[in-house]
Amino acid sequence: MAAAVAAQKAGVKDILLLERDQYLGGILNQCIHTGFGLHHFKKDLTGPEYADRFIKQIEAIRDIEVSLKSFVVRLTKDKILTYLKPGKLEEIKAKALIMATGCRERTREMTHISGTRPAGIYPAGLAQKMINIEGLLPGKEVVIIGSGDIGLIMARRFTLEGAKVKAVIEIQEKTRGLIRNVVQCLEDFSIPLYFRHRIAKIYGKDRVEKVLVENTVNGETFELPCDTVLISVGLIPENELIEMACVEIDKKTNAPVSKEVNKCSIEGIFVCGNSYKVYDLVDNVTRDSVKAGQMAAEYLKGLK
Amino acid sequence: MRAAYDIIIIGGGVTGAAIARELSRYKLKIALLEKEAELAFGVSKSNSGIIHPGTQNPPNSLKGRLCVQGNKLTKQIAKELGVDFKEVGELIVIFNQADLTRLLEIKKEAEELGVGGLRIVDRLWLRKHEPNLNPEVYAALYAPTAGIISPYRWVYDLAENAARNGVEIFLEHKVIDIRQSGSLRLNAAASRFEVLCSQGNREVNSQVSLGAKYIINAAGLYADEISGMVGINDFTIKPRKGEEFILDKKREYLSNHIIFPLPSPISKGILVIKTSDGNPMIGPTAQEIEDKEDLSTSDEGLKKVLEGAKRMIPSIDENDIISYFAGLRPTAGKDFIIRHEDKAPGFINVAGIQSPGLTSAPAIALMVTNLLKNNGLKPRKKWFFQKYRQRTIHLFDIPFNKTKELMKEDPSYGEIVCRCEMVSAKEVRDAIKRGARTLDGIKFRTRAQAGRCHGGFCTTRIMKIMAEELNIPLTEITKRGEGSEIVKENRDSRTA
Amino acid sequence: MIKKITCIECPVGCQLEVETDQSGHVIKVTGNKCEKGPVYAKQETENPMRILTSIVLTEGLDLKMVPVKTNKPIPKAKLMEAMAAVKKLKLTKQVKVDETIASDFLGLGVDLIATRPASFNSH
Ligand SMILES: Cc1cc2nc3c(=O)[nH]c(=O)nc-3n(C[C@H](O)[C@H](O)[C@H](O)COP(=O)(O)OP(=O)(O)OC[C@H]3O[C@@H](n4cnc5c(N)ncnc54)[C@H](O)[C@@H]3O)c2cc1C
Ligand SMILES: Cc1cc2nc3c(=O)[nH]c(=O)nc-3n(C[C@H](O)[C@H](O)[C@H](O)COP(=O)(O)OP(=O)(O)OC[C@H]3O[C@@H](n4cnc5c(N)ncnc54)[C@H](O)[C@@H]3O)c2cc1C
Ligand code: SF4
Repeated sequence: MAAAVAAQKAGVKDILLLERDQYLGGILNQCIHTGFGLHHFKKDLTGPEYADRFIKQIEAIRDIEVSLKSFVVRLTKDKILTYLKPGKLEEIKAKALIMATGCRERTREMTHISGTRPAGIYPAGLAQKMINIEGLLPGKEVVIIGSGDIGLIMARRFTLEGAKVKAVIEIQEKTRGLIRNVVQCLEDFSIPLYFRHRIAKIYGKDRVEKVLVENTVNGETFELPCDTVLISVGLIPENELIEMACVEIDKKTNAPVSKEVNKCSIEGIFVCGNSYKVYDLVDNVTRDSVKAGQMAAEYLKGLK
Repeated sequence: MRAAYDIIIIGGGVTGAAIARELSRYKLKIALLEKEAELAFGVSKSNSGIIHPGTQNPPNSLKGRLCVQGNKLTKQIAKELGVDFKEVGELIVIFNQADLTRLLEIKKEAEELGVGGLRIVDRLWLRKHEPNLNPEVYAALYAPTAGIISPYRWVYDLAENAARNGVEIFLEHKVIDIRQSGSLRLNAAASRFEVLCSQGNREVNSQVSLGAKYIINAAGLYADEISGMVGINDFTIKPRKGEEFILDKKREYLSNHIIFPLPSPISKGILVIKTSDGNPMIGPTAQEIEDKEDLSTSDEGLKKVLEGAKRMIPSIDENDIISYFAGLRPTAGKDFIIRHEDKAPGFINVAGIQSPGLTSAPAIALMVTNLLKNNGLKPRKKWFFQKYRQRTIHLFDIPFNKTKELMKEDPSYGEIVCRCEMVSAKEVRDAIKRGARTLDGIKFRTRAQAGRCHGGFCTTRIMKIMAEELNIPLTEITKRGEGSEIVKENRDSRTA
Repeated sequence: MIKKITCIECPVGCQLEVETDQSGHVIKVTGNKCEKGPVYAKQETENPMRILTSIVLTEGLDLKMVPVKTNKPIPKAKLMEAMAAVKKLKLTKQVKVDETIASDFLGLGVDLIATRPASFNSH
C-alpha cells in the first residue's frame, strides 16, 4: 500500500493493487498488539490501526484500483502475470512491477525437530491468526520455540486467553526480541525463558503430549508436558513468483540478489517489504516501500 | 448383529482396498472395516510410493512373483481409475568394478522372476541421463519399468471405485474380537464368523457385530492380533521403521530416475526417490523396533539418510528438506504370508505385507480371489462392473486455459486456499464429498498443506470449509481422527 | 527490599536495582544510564500499567473477531480481570477504528476501543 501511494504521488496514473486476501493489510491485521508506527506516525499503534491508516489513503486515490481475493500464480520475465480470483483467470502485462508479497514462517520441518508429528505443532503466526482472526484457542499448555518478538508476543496472547505457557526455549544465548517484549510478555506473567536450550524431541500420538528440552551447553535434558508447541524460528521472504520469472535469488535467505534496496536482477521489477528482506519494524518497511513506489515511477518515466 | 456379509475385509490400506476393488467385480456382499478415521492412515500413507519392477527380491519368493505381476497390474488399473502412474525407471548404482558381479547376480535373479528390459549402463550413459549423479559411480543396473504413484490417492481411488461397485466401507470400526460358529460346513444362509467392532464415536464407544462367511485379514501391523482372534498364532508382526525426508519441489529434477545403492540383506538401502507430487524424497532407513505406534523420526535417521543420499547425488542439501515422516513395515519373517487357514475355514491371512506391498497389492488381490475360489466360494461376475473412474481434477496439473473453462462452471476454482500447491476451495470441497474427514485426509487427496509452508497459510481456511461442508463445530476438526483436534476452544460458544 | 528490573524505555535495557520501603515506595534506583530510568522504575514498581489489546466476538458483522484495545493503560494487576470481561462482550453494531465499544471499562476510567473497522455482513 505504501508503494502504491508513493507511486501515485510520483505521477503514476494507472496502478493495480492485487491482494489474495479479502482485506488489505497483510500480516498487520493479525498483529493486534501495539508497537507499530512510532517512527512513521509518531504514535504507538496496533497492527490493524497502522493498516487502516493506509487503507484510508488507498481508498481516497482513484488512480489505484484494488483487486482483492486475487491470487497471482504466475509471473514471467516480461512482467506478464496471471492471477486467479473467484470466477476469473486474468493475464495482464505490467510496465513496472512492485512485489510486496511479504514472508512466510520457517517451519518445524526446516529446523529438523525430531519426534512424532501429532496435532498441536503450529507456526506461531498460524496460532496468532487462529486466536486473533478466528477466535480459536489452539491449545492450553504451550511451549514456545524461539524468543523473537513473535514468540514473545504469542506467549502473552496465549496467557491472556487463559492458556498456560510453560516455557519459551531459545537456542541462542540471548533473545532476538525487544526487551520491552521480554518484560511485558514473559516477566509480567512469570513465564520462564531458557537460553541455550533446544527441543530435542516432540512426543505424542494424536496430539502433542510433551517435549524433551536439552541444554545445548552441557547436554542435560528435562521434559515438559504440554499440548501445543509453537514454532517461532524466523521468517523467509516469499519470492517464488519472481523466482519463476528467473530473478536471481539468494539460496540461503530466499531474498533477491540485489545491489540497491528494492532492486533485483530484472529491470523494472522492484521488491519491497518483507519479500525484499525480513524487517523487524513496519516503519522501516514503509520507509523503503515508499522508495520502491518512487523508483517504479522513475523507471516508467525513463521508458517514455 | 447388524448385517451379514459374504466377505469382510479387515484393514483399509492398499492391500484391503485392492482386494475390495477386485472382489467388487462379483455378486458378493462385501464390507471393508477400518479402525482409523480414514482409509490409508496405516502403513499405506507413509512409504516411498515406488511401484517396483521386481528387482532385489529372492527368485523363489512369493513377494518377488507378486511384485512383478503387481507392477504390470498397477499400470493398467491406474489408467482405469485415472490415477497418475509415471514409469520413471530405476538405477541400482555401484561405485567399483568389484561390485559388478553382485549387480549381474541381481539382474539374473530379476530376470528369472520375469522383470523385463533390464540392462547394465555405463558411466557415459549415466552422465547423459543422470547428470547430477556422483561421477564416481562406476555403472548401474537400469530397470525401465519402475514407476511412481501417490500411495494415498491410489488407496482412495481404489476404495472409491470399490464402493461405486457396491462394497460397503466402515471407518472408525476397530475389530476387537472374532467369534467362530461351531459349524464348519458352509451353509448358504449362515455366517461362519461374527466380527465384533468398537465404533469410534465422539460420545460413546458403541459396539457392533457383523456376520461374515469369509474374512480377509489385511490389518497391516495388527494382522497378528486379528489372526490370533481365530486361534492362528504362528506368526508375529515385527515393525521395521523407515524414516523418509521430503525435499522442496524446486529440486524436482534432482534426478531423472529412482536411484538405489546395492541392497543389503534387510533393505534396499537409502534411495533418492521421485514422487508423483514432484517433490524428491530421500530415505528410508531400516530399523527393527518394538512399538507398533512409534512413528517418530530421529536426528540419527536424518544423518544416515543425508549421508546415503549425498553419496549418490552430492548436491543434495540439508536445507532442501521441507518435511519428513516415518513408516513401519509390517514384517513377519522374510516373505509375505498369504494363505487360507484350514484350521479356521473361511479365514484368509494377508500378513507380513512389507515392501514391496504397495506394488504387489493388485496381484495379492488376484491371489486372494483364487484362494476364496479354492475354498468354497463360487462367485459370479456382475453384469456390469464400473471399472473406470473419472480423474480427479487438480489445478496444479491442468493448463490455465482448462482452469479458465472450469471456472465458468464453478467460480470457486478461482478461490485459492493453499498458496504453495495452488489448491482451490472447490478441490477441497470435492475431497470432502469424496470422503475426506480430517485435515490429513484433505492433504493426501488435494496436497493442500503439503507444500513448503506446511499449512501456515491454509489451515484455517480449510477448517472453515470443513466445518461448513460437514456441519461440525471448528473444535471438532481433527488432524487425523479423534484425539487429534486442532483447536481446544472457540470464542463463539454458539458453535463451540 | 531490593528488586532487579529491566528498563524498557530505550533499547539499551539497563538492569536497574530498585530499593523500596515497607509500603512499597521507591527510595533508590541504581544502574540507570539516564534519567528516564528512575522514572520508569518508580512507575513500574509502584503502579505498573499496561495497555490491553484483545479481540471481541461479533455477531452479524463481516469479521468474526474485532481487535480492540484500552485507550489508556490499565493497572497490570487488572489485566486478567479485564480479559475475562472482554471475553463476555459481543459486538453487534458496525464500528470504525477508534470507536468506543465499552466506555469506562470495568470502572477503570478507560474506554475499550476498536482497532479495526467492521461492517454488517453483505449477505
Ligand atoms: C507476528 C508479527 C509481529 C510483528 N510485530 C511488529 C511490531 O510490534 N512492530 C513493528 O513495527 N513491526 C512488527 N512486525 C513487522 C511488520 O509488521 C512487518 O514486517 C510488515 O507488516 C510487513 O509488511 P509487508 O507488506 O512486507 O508484508 P505482508 O504484510 O506480509 O504483506 C504481503 C501481502 O502480499 C500478499 N500476497 C503474497 N503473495 C501474493 C500473491 N501471490 N498474490 C497476491 N497477493 C499476495 C499477502 O496476502 C499479503 O497481504 C511484526 C510482524 C509479525 C509477523
Ligand atoms: C518406509 C517404507 C517405505 C516403503 N516403500 C515402498 C515402496 O516404495 N514400494 C512398495 O511397493 N512398498 C513399499 N513399502 C511397503 C508398503 O507401504 C506396505 O507393504 C503396504 O502399505 C502395506 O499395506 P497394507 O494395506 O497391508 O497395510 P496398512 O496400510 O497398514 O493397512 C492396514 C490397515 O488395517 C487397519 N487395522 C489394523 N488393525 C485393525 C483392526 N483391529 N480393525 C480394523 N482395522 C484395523 C489399519 O488401521 C490400517 O489402515 C514401504 C513401507 C515403508 C514403511
Ligand atoms: S535507563 Fe535510560 S539508557 Fe538505560 S534503558 Fe532506561 S532509558 Fe535507556
